[in-house]
Amino acid sequence: MTPLLTKTDIIKQLQKVIISMQGGAMSGNSQRLITGLGPIEQAFPNRSFPTGAIHELISHTREDAAPTNGFIAGLLSPLMRKDGICLWVSNKRTIFPPALKLMGIEPDKVIFIDLTKPKDVLWVIEEGLKCNAVAAVVGELQELSFTESRRLQLAVEESRVTGFIHRHQPRSENAVACVARWKITSLPGITTGGLPGVGHPRWNIQLAKARNGKPGMWQVEWADNSFRFISRNIALPEIQTLKAG
Amino acid sequence: MGKRFVSIWFRHLTADWMIRRHPELKDTPFVVVTSERGRMVVKAVSAPAQDKGIALEMVVADCRAILPELQVFNEEQGKVEKLLTALAEWCIRFTPVAAVDMPDGLLLDVSGCAHLWGGEQPYLKDIITRISAFGYHIRAAMADTVGAAWAIARYGMASPIIESRGQMDALMPLPPAALRLEPGIVQRLEKLGLYDIRSFIHMPRRALRRRFGDQLLSRLDQALGQEIEVLDPVVPLQPYQERLPSLDPIRTAGGIEVALRQLLVTLCLRLTKEEKGIRKCDFKGFRIDGNIQQIGIGTVRASRNVAHLFKLFEIKIPQLEPALGFELFVLDATTVEDVFAEQETFWHHSEHNDLAIAELLDKVAGKVGLHTISRYLPDEHYWPERSFRLAVSLAEKPVTTWRTDLPRPIHVLRDPEPIVVTVPIPDYPPMLFIYKSKLHNITNADGPERIEQEWWLNEGLQRDYYCVEDESGARYWIFRAGHYGIDDPQWFIHGFFV
Repeated sequence: MTPLLTKTDIIKQLQKVIISMQGGAMSGNSQRLITGLGPIEQAFPNRSFPTGAIHELISHTREDAAPTNGFIAGLLSPLMRKDGICLWVSNKRTIFPPALKLMGIEPDKVIFIDLTKPKDVLWVIEEGLKCNAVAAVVGELQELSFTESRRLQLAVEESRVTGFIHRHQPRSENAVACVARWKITSLPGITTGGLPGVGHPRWNIQLAKARNGKPGMWQVEWADNSFRFISRNIALPEIQTLKAG
Repeated sequence: MGKRFVSIWFRHLTADWMIRRHPELKDTPFVVVTSERGRMVVKAVSAPAQDKGIALEMVVADCRAILPELQVFNEEQGKVEKLLTALAEWCIRFTPVAAVDMPDGLLLDVSGCAHLWGGEQPYLKDIITRISAFGYHIRAAMADTVGAAWAIARYGMASPIIESRGQMDALMPLPPAALRLEPGIVQRLEKLGLYDIRSFIHMPRRALRRRFGDQLLSRLDQALGQEIEVLDPVVPLQPYQERLPSLDPIRTAGGIEVALRQLLVTLCLRLTKEEKGIRKCDFKGFRIDGNIQQIGIGTVRASRNVAHLFKLFEIKIPQLEPALGFELFVLDATTVEDVFAEQETFWHHSEHNDLAIAELLDKVAGKVGLHTISRYLPDEHYWPERSFRLAVSLAEKPVTTWRTDLPRPIHVLRDPEPIVVTVPIPDYPPMLFIYKSKLHNITNADGPERIEQEWWLNEGLQRDYYCVEDESGARYWIFRAGHYGIDDPQWFIHGFFV
């Protein structure tokens, strides 16, 4: 029994070393900043949501861009809880600052930087990621090449700042050096007891790529400043019937 | 060498300044007033108004009764002191010690200055002509003591220059008010028939003290030169500027960097002593062909960190064109602010983090401009476009809270875009809408939330906002501008919910 145990232990240790060499979150419990994501955390190595890394989010329509930014804001709120401040760099900003409060962020702790040239956006994102005084950097831009993403990844490996790159309507979904690729779309809301109104926002979260992790798909409801997972068995047929009808 | 003083009396300081600013007021009677114990009291009178019998300390209503066409202006708080300080700083051309004499004069310590103008007569004449050229009505006098100069400037009848040690004779015929006494004491003196200084100056000091108090004696002593009076001179602000001439013309980036660093070190040393920091700074290079090359930086927070400021300049050094070389470098801090050891912190952050963020933003501002960086604070307005405002500084804290009770979309269009809708009943949410030639069937809706224009800010139609959801689950913020029946209501899309 003993040699077998050591063998699995060795493999686990080696995996950890490989992850850290690849720039992934080499986290003990102290670095577990984002919690409460339940099944999503399971999809990542070490069973923790990777912080100090770059996440890529892709949206194709204006309707999807809103929940994508909502998801980013939802992830930012635990990162900024310890009085952290965040940079929001974009070249076509449509964010409505007061609405960030509804996602659990103090909007006055977000510094918006609006630029016109994508090159400048990338430069500011990189400078922001290099500065370990900021809690997170959100970048909104269209294209991100592999080389550019590699530069950003190198910046966060030094500073352990978390970066979110929201790519809106990219020409192609090229491979990038980010730790994960997300796609968020909205789901019809459900109100209880036949009440009128729209109910809590619901999203379909697709983890399209995850380095050393398992991609997956989850249905989530945003309520009371936290993610609430909807059982897949119940949620899926409903969507299908709605789409059919 | 004996002391000499000049006292300058501005007879209509505020009024003259008004005429300087608005030359069209030159021949119109006007007064400058301020509110005093619930009445509007005249504080300055123009010459034409004075001729008509309007005096200081009159009530505006009385003045209007005398002169119905009188124009009345309100006095700015602290205007007089500001004006006199500026004039005193200007007077440093005549003497290094110039002081403000509230409420209507200047005092100059001119000991040993007059010979530079060729004597006391041309010296005083120069002062009077130059200040009069600005349009001020002034009287000036020179004497051995502040008190005597003050008295002669205001009450003197003969020569404005009192010979050395001649103040006693000069003061004799003047009224007691010339001694800078409180009105109460002057009144008591006049009640007793003492209309000029001559009539009481030789009275026993004990008797004077018993009847009129210490002030009379000390003012007399000051005027006669038996008691020393100290002036509180204005100190002009030294510009935050450093210069560095070079022996040989400098043409290389390396040389410029050395010069810049040396200038920054000396400037920051001075700033550290004065607890100040740079907000805006220019670095100029004077070329040997007469051209001036200049680069400028700004910081989001006052800084005197040489390394940080150097980094900000460093990006711009390639913009300097040395051509044949620079012979002089000037570093000029155009905007300087107080920095205290305990700087106010952004939010609740540690000092270290604040500095790091401020320096990061400086770097960004240096590359892409300060206008690109914005931070928002809540504002107490319901109208969505006005519900937040730009923060003026990184340290500014919100005065009200962000609202969470009303639904607000995370994405808002800069300008609401028109949509076509089908509405079953007025004031009900639409059944469907067409946006960008795409049909959206509405399955769920919330609303309306009516938001009225704030009439004191803007005129316009009110908006009825609905949060609607289409079949795909996408949520939109749409509104109707105007009422059915009265206006022709228009529908717009304004945002996208999460």
